[in-house]
Amino acid sequence: MNFIQEAKTLVKVNIRDYGMYIALFVIMLAFSIMTDGLFMSSRNISNLLDATGYTAVLAVGMTLVIVIRHIDLSVGFAAGFMGAIAAILLTQGGVPVYLTIPIILALGVVIGMFNGVLVASIGIPSFVASLAGMLIFRGALLRVTEKTGTINIKDEHFNAIGNGFIPSGAEVGGLNLSSLILGVVVIALYVYFETSKRRNKLKYHFEVVSSRIFALKLVFVSAIVAYITWIIAGYNGFSWTVIVMLGVVVVYHFLTTKTVLGRHIYAVGSNPEAAHLSGINVKKITYFVFGSMGMLAALSGILFTARLQSATTTAGTLFELDAIAAAYVGGVSSAGGVGKVTGSIIGAIVMASLTSGMNLMGVGISYQYMIRGGVLAAAVIFDVMTRKKRG
Amino acid sequence: MSDYILEMNHITKEFTGVRALTDVSFKVARGEIHCLIGENGAGKSTLMKVLSGVYPHGTYKGDIVFEGAVQAFGKISDSVHAGIAIIYQELALFPDLTVYENIFAGNEVRRGAIVDWNRTIVEAGRMLQKVKLNVNPDTLIKELGVGNQQLVEIAKALSKDVKLLILDEPTAALNENDSENLLALLRELKEQGITCIMISHKLKEVISIADKATVLRDGRTICTLDAAKGEISESVIIKNMVGRDIEDIYPKRANKTFGDKILEIQDWTAYDAGLGRYIAKDVNLHVKKGEIVGIAGLMGSGRTELALSIFGNPKSYKLQGEMRLYGASVAFKHPSDAIRAGIAYVTEDRKGDGLFLIQDIKSNVTAANLRGISANGIINDNEEVKVANAYKDSLYVKAPSVEQIVGNLSGGNQQKVSLGKWLFVGPKLLILDEPTRGIDVGAKFEIYTIMNQLIGEGMSIIMISSELGEVLGMSDRIYVMAEGRIKGELPIGEADQEKIMQLATQ
Repeated sequence: MNFIQEAKTLVKVNIRDYGMYIALFVIMLAFSIMTDGLFMSSRNISNLLDATGYTAVLAVGMTLVIVIRHIDLSVGFAAGFMGAIAAILLTQGGVPVYLTIPIILALGVVIGMFNGVLVASIGIPSFVASLAGMLIFRGALLRVTEKTGTINIKDEHFNAIGNGFIPSGAEVGGLNLSSLILGVVVIALYVYFETSKRRNKLKYHFEVVSSRIFALKLVFVSAIVAYITWIIAGYNGFSWTVIVMLGVVVVYHFLTTKTVLGRHIYAVGSNPEAAHLSGINVKKITYFVFGSMGMLAALSGILFTARLQSATTTAGTLFELDAIAAAYVGGVSSAGGVGKVTGSIIGAIVMASLTSGMNLMGVGISYQYMIRGGVLAAAVIFDVMTRKKRG
Repeated sequence: MSDYILEMNHITKEFTGVRALTDVSFKVARGEIHCLIGENGAGKSTLMKVLSGVYPHGTYKGDIVFEGAVQAFGKISDSVHAGIAIIYQELALFPDLTVYENIFAGNEVRRGAIVDWNRTIVEAGRMLQKVKLNVNPDTLIKELGVGNQQLVEIAKALSKDVKLLILDEPTAALNENDSENLLALLRELKEQGITCIMISHKLKEVISIADKATVLRDGRTICTLDAAKGEISESVIIKNMVGRDIEDIYPKRANKTFGDKILEIQDWTAYDAGLGRYIAKDVNLHVKKGEIVGIAGLMGSGRTELALSIFGNPKSYKLQGEMRLYGASVAFKHPSDAIRAGIAYVTEDRKGDGLFLIQDIKSNVTAANLRGISANGIINDNEEVKVANAYKDSLYVKAPSVEQIVGNLSGGNQQKVSLGKWLFVGPKLLILDEPTRGIDVGAKFEIYTIMNQLIGEGMSIIMISSELGEVLGMSDRIYVMAEGRIKGELPIGEADQEKIMQLATQ
């Protein structure tokens, strides 16, 4: 098989997986042209990613929830509520940051597990259980912020999670040195893992892509990472929010694609009866998925509160719907069993890009909602159509 | 020449590649009760689906003449309109609605767009009288027993001026008393001029009620027996039902020596609280090492439920009795316990609860034993591909690669993937539930060959099957089940089709 032919078949086979990336690329390109390059400026991209952070971590958790055929509507106000608790612990409780964060994350797990019990053991539909949770957390958020109103947080370390950047070290030609180093490390790790994966496959005598295609892929992905790093290093460098977001994605991507637990989650989603008969404990999986959702809701609350440097009475409003939209745009199927964590992150970035781009262009908020709704519908239509063709 | 209400002439129906009905002719005289008999898969249900328009005109060959005119039913409502009503085994009632709402569902008594509830209730009461069901029309369906629900279904049919009533195994889920009532009602309806076709497996019922009986076998009409001529008797029916020779598609096994008892269950009883009845009662059976034990019986006889109650009880039946594995008493709380103990269960419904259809072959094969390809909870992808490829080859799965999505495979290949999944857990006892349903002869032969290989490797097999040929061709010993009980145990030397059928239709 010659080089071009091989590349063509590879693209054909994987077009559905790349669809999201292509869509994101098109959107970014279009906005860059329409805003004379302003959209892809260091400052805008940096802001865009920071603003995506708290939705993106929710979208990651929501992906798993939707994969096992459930939904969690409570995460928005749960995030708001836990952010407020964090603020109270920091200001009134005098608890140091390094204790506050684990406490809040643990609280998130407990709250999530409680949802899991309602859904898996008592058998309440998750839509209803989490709708109840949504109302309860909304009330709880109001209750704890009632006396004080907005709680301002003075703790610099906490606020840095939402606003700070990794220390730059030095500047090289106007670029942030530590961020450049981080980018280089990411590229090195990527190349290392890809080559070792290929070497392992060869050890098993499996078919692999030709070395030319493989090299092309390495160069292509490395170039993209390098470009993003270059853009980000041109402003303040990587923010802590982006680091947290990347960490969550890496951990969950590994969990869903490489571990037994991840396999069990997808098995439960694609056929719960068959999963049960295969010896998989469907209840435990449900607990885990809701527990992880709760923990990520807590993380989302921390990111948002830190970003605002305060806990407000309306924090978390509609976060859950943004997360659900991001997951669907990212290719998660409502029928269960299908959806990637990386897809949902891209979905979240797509939605954030639309907002950011339209803001730069001065599109009215009314049109923004309509356009985002249209994109959500289009993404799901694309998903349904390609699935029909397959099955 | 008698007056026929229905004539189905030379009906042939094919599904992609499989011929379900071949040149079937079937005549029903006005005002008679005509029973339709045959093994599972003989084509009875397909024939009734052709008649009722489930398979629309044009998808089959042949003519349907109803009330003297050739009919071309394009959809179910056409046949209903013509006066044909079918009552399926799984009742089509709305459990949370009242009796009167159910009777007139889809056929509401109305004035313009408004439902006239008062007249509905009065009419419903009249229909209930006709079927001799003495309940308040206000009662919710779920509060009625299965027998009474069946009567509501009949009342619903009567409300539509039915001329031909078709009942698909109406007494399968009923107790003796309810069955008697139902049969009495059918006789009464006959007096009122309603013609009735009844599909039944219970030969005693057939003998007691039928004016005529038509036997189907392998998608062909074998004969029509006439009670008036004294032709309907148990032995005649059974002979016609099973008359086929066992084809030579069962590979022989050389070594037939059996070891110790692997599994033994005693006084095993399982109660389904949801259905409110026993699905297995006082069952005693055992399996020896190196043995293929066949469990024969008709659909609904409790075979699958028995297997599930052994395999970790996933449906949460209330269990009584004792199970011993290698002589030691065991109790499984979850299928994972049974799997760990060395039991595997290949389900009857591979699409429903057997396979992950949207996943690929390799994920399916390893789904029940991810430990086998992982270390510390982390999966070795390459090892997985290797394992899946090994099963793909040894089980003759025809697919371009193990990355193929299972939903796109043919039935036979899906069944092999399902089998591969369970072989990868390394079981000592394999329970196969209808292992060859809906797959072609070639794939069947391959599965039988694999079964023999597994026995050769020291495994034991319980094979649940509705196909008598398969049971007789593959088993070393046969249990026959009916109504959740073991009705008989036959060593293979003593078993034949007639004996099994007799026990299964008791």
